Amino acid sequence: MNEKIEVDIKVPNQTRYLGLIGKIGEDIAHTLKKYQGDREELAYHLNLVLTEAMANAICHANEGDPQKEVHISICILDRTLNIKVYDQGQGFDVNALPTPNFKSPEEHGRGIYIIRALMDRVTYQKHSHGHVLEMEKNLS
Amino acid sequence: MILKIEEQGPVVLIEVKEERLDAHNSGELKTQMLNLFEEGKNNLIVNLHDVRFVDSSGLGALVSGFKNASARNGNLKLCGLQPQVKSMFELTRLHRVFEIFPETDEALASF
Repeated sequence: MNEKIEVDIKVPNQTRYLGLIGKIGEDIAHTLKKYQGDREELAYHLNLVLTEAMANAICHANEGDPQKEVHISICILDRTLNIKVYDQGQGFDVNALPTPNFKSPEEHGRGIYIIRALMDRVTYQKHSHGHVLEMEKNLS
Repeated sequence: MILKIEEQGPVVLIEVKEERLDAHNSGELKTQMLNLFEEGKNNLIVNLHDVRFVDSSGLGALVSGFKNASARNGNLKLCGLQPQVKSMFELTRLHRVFEIFPETDEALASF
């Protein structure tokens, strides 16, 4: 039987919840039945992409408004991991973001770069009440 | 955020006593470093021994400290990086920017 895990979480638009969501990502990596790779590395990477995507939604898309919320959906079906992070903001062009300047480092601008480096597919699209950042990874 | 700040001669040692350095608490580290720069303390060591997880905001706070220290003819050096944290510096190529030491003593001796 295929392993299917679905986790759906909604939290207030506040950075204090980053650790909670990151921890859920780590626990999923430790729990997967068939994963053959380095579990500790996968746990760190899931923690990281969830933290980055959520922080992006909270601080940028939702502009730090504590009345808004962030909705996170994590789905693992067989060997595909899919994460969606829904915001209630105006959106941005994910493809227009520059690669960080490695020679003269800036303080900001690494979040989406990190997500792209660790996930196989990344899209950012409009949905009914805002935008959704969708990230997919093939699990070997 | 819990930070232990200690002067060791001309250098200020900042120990980050948190498991995570992320968008929730990195602003406090940045503010503390700015306070030190305003007091003329421009040579810093940040000890990340207790930090198990760092995100782009945490890295950004350290870059901010590094740039501010350099602009004041000082330096910001790092020590005590756990393997996963070190891998973040490599992913973002910041390991080429910062001087990184295994232990505090070695970082202190380098000033």
